[in-house]
Parts: sequence; structure tokens; C-alpha cells
Amino acid sequence: MVIPYSTLHTWTTIAAVVVTATAGDISIARSMRSLDLDAIRAKSGLGGAILAVVTKPTLIFGIFCMALSFFSLLSSLSGADLSLVAPATASLTSVTTALAAKVFLKENVDRRRWLAAVFVCAGVALLAR
Amino acid sequence: MSHRLPASRYLLLFCVMLGAAVGDALLGRGMHDIGPVSIHHLSSLFYALGNPWVFSGIVVLIGFMASYMTALSWADLTFVLPATALGNVVTVFIGKFWLHENISPMRWLGICLIVIGVGFVANGPSRTEHVIDLEEKVA
Repeated sequence: MVIPYSTLHTWTTIAAVVVTATAGDISIARSMRSLDLDAIRAKSGLGGAILAVVTKPTLIFGIFCMALSFFSLLSSLSGADLSLVAPATASLTSVTTALAAKVFLKENVDRRRWLAAVFVCAGVALLAR
Repeated sequence: MSHRLPASRYLLLFCVMLGAAVGDALLGRGMHDIGPVSIHHLSSLFYALGNPWVFSGIVVLIGFMASYMTALSWADLTFVLPATALGNVVTVFIGKFWLHENISPMRWLGICLIVIGVGFVANGPSRTEHVIDLEEKVA
């Protein structure tokens, strides 16, 4: 069975969006968690808070991953409908990010959050029909 | 134990939800104008940045990113992410009431599942308290 090029292109770019978005989310969450923005704003103002955020290496890596995800999304949208690409990437990313948050950020992904991830994933998949 | 957030933080989550939905819709509209982009001509993706719809989408998504990062400074990733999923529900309602699209029963069921999923985390704690966090609070 030969998979049509357009289908291969669509799902390859969707996979690229999911992987890079998950890596970006985890990096950004890790860098933002390490900052006490309220304290920095109280001490150095809004400019100081922005400077503290944009100079974090993990945040720069996260933004780089998000940029890759963005261009993968554009490439995917150029060949497939938004009604397929947006729900597919969103539902797959919700599950991969929950897994990655548990492993890399040690978040307490309890039964309630797993249920939320599964419900959101199923709901987004139904929206694509 | 109460897990209620201040109104300003719910407002920020609302911006996260709207930003993702509106930004994606604008990008989708713009990329349909551009047409298919071959993997051998990826440079044409930079040309897409000149499209007004794509440019507007990028501006909205920058606002979304700022709201999202601020939310992540006080909440878990697995708490904030369902808020972005609610954006898909907003997209469907835009299609129904503005573009007069037909919404199938399956899509209404999908909306119900997303709202239930968000409800699961919305009533829970917004952040995991690690031992280090608790020590900092005590100090």
C-alpha cells in the first residue's frame, strides 16, 4: 500500500508540531516556574521582569522549539484543513505534554488531571469529525 | 481546602483561551490564501509572513504567548493547558453563530467532553507544591 504524499506530509508535519510544542511547553514552564515574577516586578518593575524572563536560557530554547512548531504548523496548514490540523495537534499535544510534565517537571498529574487530558483529547478528536 | 484563584488570574486564563483560538483561525485563513507549500520550497513560509491574516495571527499569538507564560509562573502546565483546549470550543461557537456553519451532534459531544475535562482541573489546585516550595514559604 502506497501512502499518498499529501497524507504523509500532513501527518509528518503534525508529528513535528506535537514533538516541538511539547519540548517548548516543558522548557518554558520550567523557566517560568523558577522565577518569582511578583517579587521581581516589586523590585525592578515591569522592565526588570521582562528582562529576567527573556534572558533565561531554558526559555530561549523553549521559544526556539515553539518557533519550529509554528513553522511546522504553517507547513501543515498549507496542505490540510484547519479543522483537521488544529484539533489533531491540540489533542495529541495535551496527552504528550501531560506525560512530559509528570516526567520532567515532577508535576502531580493525579487521576483528575489524567481524566482531563483524556476528555480533552477525545473531545478535540470529535470536533474534527 | 479552597483552590479559588483571584479574578485577575481567571481573566489571564481567559486571554490564553481566546488568544489560541483567534490566532489559529487567522493563521488558517491566511495560509489558505497562500496555498500549498512544498517541503522543497520552505522559504515561501517566510513570504507568508507578509500576508495580513498571517501577520494578524502572529500578533494575536504573541499576546497569547505573553499570557500563557505569565500563567505558567503561578500554575502547573497541566492546569493551564486545558484552558487552551477551551479555545477549540470558542472556535466552534464562532463557526456556528458568526459563519453560520452547521455543527453536527458529534461536535456538540466533543464540546461537552472538553468542558467536562476542563471542569476536572479547574476545581483542583493550580500548582504542585514541591518540598522546596514549601520550605521557601515557611522561611
